[in-house]
Formats: sequence, structure tokens, C-alpha cells
Amino acid sequence: MTQPIESISQSFVLLRLGERRFAVAAVQISELVAPSRIFRFPHRTPKLEGVILRRGRIVPVCDVAEKLLGKALTSRRFYLIAVRHYGDKSEWVALPVTGDCELIAAEMTNAGEADAPHVAGWISHNGEVIEVLNLDALTPGLETQSTPSAAPVLLEARP
Amino acid sequence: MRVAAPPAKPHVAARTEQIILFRISGQPFAVSSASVQEVRSVDSLAGVATEIDQPTLRKVRHVVRRGEKTLYVVSGAAHFGLPPSSAGLVFVLRKTHTALLVDGIDKMATMTRLQALPLAYCHEERAWYRGLTALDQNVIPVVNPEGFLTAEEFALLDASIVPETIPDILTGEGMELL
Repeated sequence: MTQPIESISQSFVLLRLGERRFAVAAVQISELVAPSRIFRFPHRTPKLEGVILRRGRIVPVCDVAEKLLGKALTSRRFYLIAVRHYGDKSEWVALPVTGDCELIAAEMTNAGEADAPHVAGWISHNGEVIEVLNLDALTPGLETQSTPSAAPVLLEARP
Repeated sequence: MRVAAPPAKPHVAARTEQIILFRISGQPFAVSSASVQEVRSVDSLAGVATEIDQPTLRKVRHVVRRGEKTLYVVSGAAHFGLPPSSAGLVFVLRKTHTALLVDGIDKMATMTRLQALPLAYCHEERAWYRGLTALDQNVIPVVNPEGFLTAEEFALLDASIVPETIPDILTGEGMELL
């Protein structure tokens, strides 16, 4: 006997990058904020623009437009602050977006083998098929494990 | 009935750290003052530093000796990939064989919180910085004094010099810290 497949509706945040829309699982989104000052310093990690200060935290800004659209954003209206997992740790990352974001409920079709690693799945909304992003694959990062040598996220200043 | 007052919380003194805010090619950085042994004018190196020509390690162009210690002079601009700038000062870094060329010092400050570099940063910068600190609504990278040269780079440099031929010049004239 074949078991019926249960489809579960999940919440997604729709974001706009240029002319295209993408989705991120709502559980990964912390907030949408107006652009603030970016602090830049030398580094060698591609796609990272710098950091912003948000609620006392230092949050890296990662421009994902070039990877998703093939070109950098010329204008940005908001930063979408999302949770990015690094192995057994998680931190905020700010994604520049060009338009308002929208919260929707939809059923996701999981990504197939042919899909890029940054595609977690697909949803259909208002007749449009939208990529659901896997931020862990889309943004750079150091994967961590529970080892004693793993650096703590917050350090007290040493005397 | 009297209710006992909750026990007073023990006062925990905020742990702070004195830092030096400095610039390289206009970019602000911070370093723990405890890790800077001495601050000298670049002029004090003129004519007495020995040149090094390592094509694979352009950030080190000079070596000096201070007592028994050989110090490799690292261009901060070349190390961080910043535009070349005119260095005015050199930091002799404690517990390393490194002296760092910088444009100048902005000021001394007290750091109350050092936040680890976000995990999104995953290349050489993890060795360059101890972390980031927020100071006066700015975010400043706090450099790791041991992150300017790797063990392999030290080995390469050590192999290219004859220590006895380097004059001992770093005596006097500098500003000792701590």
C-alpha cells in the first residue's frame, strides 16, 4: 500500500534582488533593517563587504547578488539579518536586498541533484516558481565543530 | 515576617585592555599596548637596517637586530593588501621577531569587549586579527601580533640572512611601552 505524501506548509520570507525574488525559510530570519554604516577592514574572504553594528553585535554583510544574479547590486534598501549555521555554531549575517520583503506560507519542493548547492528547494507563489536559498551554502564561512580549540564567539578583553 | 534580602551580587570588575589605535594607509587598526614593546620613528632605522630581497615575501624588506633578537620589519600596507603608504612609525612587537611599519598612532584607548571575528571570515584574516572591537560607534580590527609572519615565512627569512652581519641598532631613541 502506498502511503500518502504529506505536504507541510512552511513560512518563508520573500526577498528581492534586482528583478528576481528568492525565498529564505522564515525561521532563519531575524529582522529586516535599514542600511546602516558598513565598517570595512582588510580581509581575503570573497563576497564579504564589511560589518555592521546591530543590537551590540558585529554582523558581517554578505552580498549574495553577484552569485545569484551574476552582477552586484547597484542599490539596496534593506539588510535582511539571517541566521547562518557554521557546523554546530550559528551567527547572524546581513544580506543586502533591493526591495520590501514579504512573509508567505508555502509548500517547498526539495532541491534535486541538478540544483546548485545554494538551492534548498523551490516554492510556488502567485504563479511564480521561486528558489529557496540555503544560506549555509550561499555565504562563506568557517565550518566549526565541537572541539576545545574552537574559538568562542564572544571573548572578554584580556587584561 | 521579614523577607531576607537577596544576597548582594558580587561586584565583577569589567576586564579591560589598553589598546593603541593606529593607521596603515588610512585604515584604522588596534593592537594591545601590552604586545608593543617599543614605538620608534622610522627615521631611526634609516641607513642601519639591512635589506632583504625575498621575491616571495615582499612585505619584509628590512631586518634589524636588537640585542640577541633579529627583528623582521613588516610593511603593514603590504601585509594587509592596502595601497602603499609612507610609514612614520615602527612598532617593535613583544614576544615576536616582528617589527611593524605603520603610518602613525591615533590615540590610546581602553577596550572593554573583544568580539571574535565573525565565522563568515574564513581566510588569512583569521590569523591577522584577534577579533573586532566597537569603539565610539566604530568597529576596529584588533591585530594579532603573531599573525604577521607564519612559521614558514620566518624559516624562509632566517635562511636568507647571516645574523652576525646585521648591526645592532635598536638601542635608545625609542619609546618603551609598559
